[in-house]
Amino acid sequence: MTWLVALSAILHREALRFVGQRSRFVAALVRPLVWLFVFAAGFRAALGLSITPPYQTYITYEIYIIPGLCGMILLFNGMQSSLSLVYDREMGSMRLLLTAPLPRWWLLFSKLLAGTLVSILQCAAFLAVAAVWGIRLPLVGYLVVIPALLLSGLMLGALGLMLSSFIRQLENFAGVMNFVIFPMFFLSSALYPLWRMAEASPRLRDLCTLNPFTHAVELIRFALYGQANLMAALWVTVALAVFSAAALRGYDPARGVQNRKG
Amino acid sequence: MTRLAILLMILALPAHAGEIWITNEKDDTVSVIDVDTLEVVRTYPTGERPRGVIFSKDFSRLYICASDSNTVQVMDPETGKILHDLPSGEDPEQFALHPDDRHLFIANEDDAVTTVVDTQTRQVVAQINVGIEPEGMAVSPDGKIAITTSETTNMAHWIDTATYTLFANTLVDSRPRHAEFTADGAKLWVSSEIGGTITVFNVADQTEVGKVRFEITGVSSDLVQPVGFKFNPEGTKAFVALGPSNHVAVVNMTTYEVETYILVGRRVWHMAFSPDNSQLFTTNGVSGDVTVIDVASETPVKSIKVGRFPWGAAMRPTKSQ
Repeated sequence: MTWLVALSAILHREALRFVGQRSRFVAALVRPLVWLFVFAAGFRAALGLSITPPYQTYITYEIYIIPGLCGMILLFNGMQSSLSLVYDREMGSMRLLLTAPLPRWWLLFSKLLAGTLVSILQCAAFLAVAAVWGIRLPLVGYLVVIPALLLSGLMLGALGLMLSSFIRQLENFAGVMNFVIFPMFFLSSALYPLWRMAEASPRLRDLCTLNPFTHAVELIRFALYGQANLMAALWVTVALAVFSAAALRGYDPARGVQNRKG
Repeated sequence: MTRLAILLMILALPAHAGEIWITNEKDDTVSVIDVDTLEVVRTYPTGERPRGVIFSKDFSRLYICASDSNTVQVMDPETGKILHDLPSGEDPEQFALHPDDRHLFIANEDDAVTTVVDTQTRQVVAQINVGIEPEGMAVSPDGKIAITTSETTNMAHWIDTATYTLFANTLVDSRPRHAEFTADGAKLWVSSEIGGTITVFNVADQTEVGKVRFEITGVSSDLVQPVGFKFNPEGTKAFVALGPSNHVAVVNMTTYEVETYILVGRRVWHMAFSPDNSQLFTTNGVSGDVTVIDVASETPVKSIKVGRFPWGAAMRPTKSQ
């Protein structure tokens, strides 16, 4: 019972933050929309992109980039939510959270879940704007994508959690954002299909294939068309397990950096 | 319970099963697409460079323009066997079947003539001199008028089918490639590939009554080349293949304005409706596939690989199982 109390308290806090920080919500929505309306416009591909699964016919670039931009929302949000943990730690509210008489993994998972649910809401808002703009997906896709967004969001949130456990100050986190978010986003299938990457350099393609973010994007891409990409789901799950384990270790008072003297 | 299951099965069965037959210009074959599964189910060899393709009224015969074999082939669609050839004149590209289900009007691109062939006696009935490089062919629904468009002369030639003589010639824009009468026979549409337009004529007095123009955002106007087109059965919308612009335009048949453009494969030539008219199949020459368009939502659904350089398309309903 107390477990659920903790979960709902953390969800409530995240919800308050979500409602309270309207600008954050708008900012998180504007970022992918700028990519969609401005960046994608330059690559419009009016003559159509080659057919790659899960697409069954020729598509414009705007349609291609949608799953990648959903991934972008999850990635930025996952990092931002973890960033708030660094803030919590500096402000002392982290100590309150972690002294709750519950397993640490449960508290961290609750935090992770809360952040991911907010991300999913933002993805829904983004997909709604895209639909108004005329980029519509199969109806079943809007349902099937929810578990894909949840799994991918948890994985990216866990990555953020892992990173936040090693960072003591907000300032350091900004650096990590640059070294993690951008390479992850650009070295993936979010902006270009992997065969395009392979044309530039096979090594680049290999790097993209190793990137868990690529698999998150592909999982979302297939789900948006009502299909399951099991390989991608497996990759994302493994990455989630690894990042979660590392985050737990990082937040373990006996072993993690928490007790180290700064 | 069993009855219910059977009833459900019957309900689930498509009411309008059918096939789309596609000629593959470079492969010298026809591909047969099942409308329900959207897959190629059979492929049959043909003469050289098959292009125009049309079924007899009862769908028991398939006529194929084998351009480089200089003949029109007659195929049995049940077996895929070529039954015989028809004399067609040089380089037949497109043709039209007269409503009498007997006379084929064939455009002979290299000879500047239109050949009329009796499919029963297998004899040439008439040859009519028309402009240079005749290409598009159409016969009016009442069977009284045949149209040949000539690519170099840039004209639509109006042929009286009773006398096999020209009674009018009307100028259209550069390189006319395809002509169709509306279902009521009142209007004639002619597409001009280089001119990038469709000219609409009033059939009664052969005067021009409208012009359709196309413009696709992000695509050079040189690439917007209208070729084949089809009207929906309601006679409200025309679907126009725009060649290397890889789009099909949906044209309002009252205002002659384009309502939307649908992205299909590369170099779209011609098209055919499914038996229930809910789907439209376009042949995409360069990408070697056929794009299926959902007519109601005007969106592309799937592209199906066929042979190399698919060109013509014709529909054949099959019996419901």
